[in-house]
Amino acid sequence: MTAMISTPPAGTLGDAAVAAFDRKRRVAFAIPAVVLVYLTYIFFAFDIPGIVTNARTDNAAILLSDFWSHKTHVTRDNRSGTVTVAIEGENKGTYPPSRLPEWVGMQDSLTRIDLGKGYEVVYEGEGARFTVPDYGVIRVQPEGRGIRLDLPEGEIPDWINASSARVTVTTPEGRFSMTRNRTETFRYEPGWELFFFTLDSPFSGLSFRELANLAISGERIDPARPNIVHMISDFWNNQMWRHGDVAWALFETVLMAFLGTMGAAVVALPLAFLAASNFTPARSLRFVLRRFFDFVRGVDGLIWTIILSRAFGPGPLTGSLAILMTDTGSFGKLFSEALENVDRKQVEGVQSTGASPIQQARFGVMPQIVPVLLSQVLYYLESNTRSATVIGAIVGGGIGLLLTQAIITQKDWEEVSYYIILIVLMVMAMDSLSGWLRGLLIGQTGRT
Amino acid sequence: MTDTASAKSGDIRADYLAHARQRQMYSGILLLVFVLLMVSGFQLADARNAGGFWTGIHQFFDFPSEVVSEAVAKAANLPGLMWKFLPSLIETVNIAGVATLIGACGGALLSLLSTRGLARFPALIPVFRRLMDAMRAIPEIVIALVLIFVLGGGPVPAMIAIAFHTTGALGKLFSEVSENADRKPVEGLSSAGASWSQSMWLGVLPQVTPNWLSYALLRFEINVRASAILGFVGSGGIGYDLKTAMQWGQGRYDQVVAIFLLLFATIVVIDQVSSHFRHKLVKGH
Repeated sequence: MTAMISTPPAGTLGDAAVAAFDRKRRVAFAIPAVVLVYLTYIFFAFDIPGIVTNARTDNAAILLSDFWSHKTHVTRDNRSGTVTVAIEGENKGTYPPSRLPEWVGMQDSLTRIDLGKGYEVVYEGEGARFTVPDYGVIRVQPEGRGIRLDLPEGEIPDWINASSARVTVTTPEGRFSMTRNRTETFRYEPGWELFFFTLDSPFSGLSFRELANLAISGERIDPARPNIVHMISDFWNNQMWRHGDVAWALFETVLMAFLGTMGAAVVALPLAFLAASNFTPARSLRFVLRRFFDFVRGVDGLIWTIILSRAFGPGPLTGSLAILMTDTGSFGKLFSEALENVDRKQVEGVQSTGASPIQQARFGVMPQIVPVLLSQVLYYLESNTRSATVIGAIVGGGIGLLLTQAIITQKDWEEVSYYIILIVLMVMAMDSLSGWLRGLLIGQTGRT
Repeated sequence: MTDTASAKSGDIRADYLAHARQRQMYSGILLLVFVLLMVSGFQLADARNAGGFWTGIHQFFDFPSEVVSEAVAKAANLPGLMWKFLPSLIETVNIAGVATLIGACGGALLSLLSTRGLARFPALIPVFRRLMDAMRAIPEIVIALVLIFVLGGGPVPAMIAIAFHTTGALGKLFSEVSENADRKPVEGLSSAGASWSQSMWLGVLPQVTPNWLSYALLRFEINVRASAILGFVGSGGIGYDLKTAMQWGQGRYDQVVAIFLLLFATIVVIDQVSSHFRHKLVKGH
């Protein structure tokens, strides 16, 4: 009998093994098949083919080129004949006529724009001519109600787009367009324009060396204050890039994350004691609190943000409170779980010395859970910095707001890239900060 | 003899007390700094907010009660509206689902490439790690908004944005798991002539799958929330419907309530189901 059990017929064991292998093999094929079916369904549900055909690659090109370059518009109003040279065509970036860039030459009614590499645009009288190396000279002249285009012999190349109302010539060195009302040339240059000083500042266009000289020695440009203070203020109040406002926005975002996370931890800690089974014998109270945590977490940051911004209006306080609300639920749950895993012996030791319940919690429980809590709080602080960017876009505070505004206007892509870089740096800085604090407070280096 | 001993113990006692006092002082200072930061931070945030905290706190229930009273008055509409918004809800969940799926695949690959002892190109480990850090650091909204500009509205920008972030986040968590994986199966497989992908597939994956799946499920929960919020800011899914209903304001609050209820129910159900499965995966049956 015993022999029968210890050595079952070889056939059964083998069958079982084969069956198990079969099951495994089926699962190994079934899972990828299910995933594939799901992805196929998504492919059509999300209309991927339609998105691919409708993708605005021209937008992507604008975006990419704006990330690292800027353009200067040389515009002639064909009615009045006045020519303006402006960075990105903005008022704030218009060159005063006395300080035109060296590649623009103006004499009476003749404007010569040197685009480099032999490309040259000349506005002359009513018309204009564009010299393109290896091709020839393109002449454009207003005629009647439209525009007349004179090209060198041969077929019209695809980089020239001409109709009776508008002529556009796109070359690697620059873009030229003419309508009845205005003649415009764009020259592209690498770098972010006027990043440090705008044109109205006396420091614009100076090299780093000249600036350093001015800052250290040099005569005071503004007698009322030293050059270095002048420089910092001109940089900080730069109208084009608004460094001061951006710094404030970044600070606001970090502030929202900090206040939300820490506030949630402060609120959740006492509640967690009440929700932990080994500290609160009252079952109904525990149940109510747990459901409260679940509710607050389940309502989700998005809904809290909407409700709170109705009550408190837009701004960083609303964002902080939204983070605080959501994370109170998460922390309450996490903390009460940590509290339930506390070692009872230390608490009993403290209790045996005649300590009150509060003292027991302080000296018996807190030393055990503080490392766990701190590392969770710091982890949330880092992740909330990212959430604060999104929440800021909804409540209207911080860098999230600036970013959405810049994206919605769809022209200041260099500002968008500036903000993106700053946001990434901010999140990385908060990541290192929370890792460093974790190491400092808990005594072990953060995970890398 | 006894005199010196008691003097010595007295010294020790004094030292200990001084040490304890110093520690107490440090934690006191730390606490004080923390409280000061919190108080001044809240005051600053309050000052820069459009509405103040103390005026707002009275209005806190105004909006919810307004919304709820209108919804109660139109309670008959709610089931129909919930049915109407169900496709958007499914889209939101699908965005999160696909993003988690893609992110998990990408994260798995990156994590294996950046785990010491398993990496295909050990010299490139720091590169892949920094890559994951960068992917984690870029907030989803940034990518989503930029992609909306290029691809137009709809669910795809949100999906790509979340997938990108998920790849970085899961890659980091996955590599922590695979770092603890037993190397013996891998060695055995490579000694039998298995290629890198074969030894990963047959040697590492069976060990790490339960923990990886558990992390992926947790990420799915997070992604559902992220997908709803991205819809509100950008486009696609139930978040977008919520934004339209909110912009309409009064008169459409029954829609707002229907969406709130759907979202709440979905998040709670997904949380419960995922925590059930995670428990099962990590702790065994």
